[in-house]
Amino acid sequence: MERKTKIDAEDGKQDLMITREFDVPLELLFKAYEDPEIFEQWMGTKVLKLENKQHGGYRFETSDPQGNVVFSANGTIHEFIPNQKIVRTFEMENTPYPVQLEFLEFEDLTAGRSKLNMHVVYRSVVDRDNILKLPFAQGVNMAHNRLEEIVSELK
Amino acid sequence: MNLRRDVFQAIADPTRRAILVLVASQSMTAGAIAANFDTARPTVSKHLQILTECELLDQEQNGREIYYQLNPKKMKEIADFIEPFRNMWDDRFNKLEAIMKNYRPEKKEDGAKNKDRRRRR
Repeated sequence: MERKTKIDAEDGKQDLMITREFDVPLELLFKAYEDPEIFEQWMGTKVLKLENKQHGGYRFETSDPQGNVVFSANGTIHEFIPNQKIVRTFEMENTPYPVQLEFLEFEDLTAGRSKLNMHVVYRSVVDRDNILKLPFAQGVNMAHNRLEEIVSELK
Repeated sequence: MNLRRDVFQAIADPTRRAILVLVASQSMTAGAIAANFDTARPTVSKHLQILTECELLDQEQNGREIYYQLNPKKMKEIADFIEPFRNMWDDRFNKLEAIMKNYRPEKKEDGAKNKDRRRRR
């Protein structure tokens, strides 16, 4: 199956670029980031806080079917320009991965299409490569934390 | 040589993936790794053996203990390793696209939010 998302990760660099063209107009693409209810649907997580403004914060968490929190993340919004740009930090809680900086740029294309450029800057080359090598880390942590919860309940 | 296929088989198992995540941040002994799982110790040992055989893990003797650590070089050699990361984002974005294609602001109770709905180009 053809993948529409492109990842540029140059060797020895501590950043990467995620690009994707969408078959939806710019305003709708941006809305998917702006509206917490829509964001929840495509990210598969629960939005606890989403302050779409300069100096605002956001936080989300994912629970298993039993309601145990298995993954949580947060960040600060540095810039929020509707239909153009979001600059924010992103931090996965309870993981060894340091906070990362994200520049999201939303572009208008012709014929009701749009494009997202997501530039992600990591603390170091090693940190970026760890995330790249272990893209499943999030899912694994989820499973792992759930396991810990079950085990602690048995005690 | 089937090494390439073996590597992907190795990471296809959730316990082995969890082991890789564990040792990504620090080298650990087999005992310390096993303590993180609700699995019998010999099963964990078997997983460690498979990961070591396909060079995803390095063994390092430190006194009487053997420490396991991630082999970043091996990880890097696998060019396709970026694929799961890309697929994760691609899946999310496909979902986003599908949701927004069906998005109808009129359906919402509070029309105020969408009163300035822009013209489509």
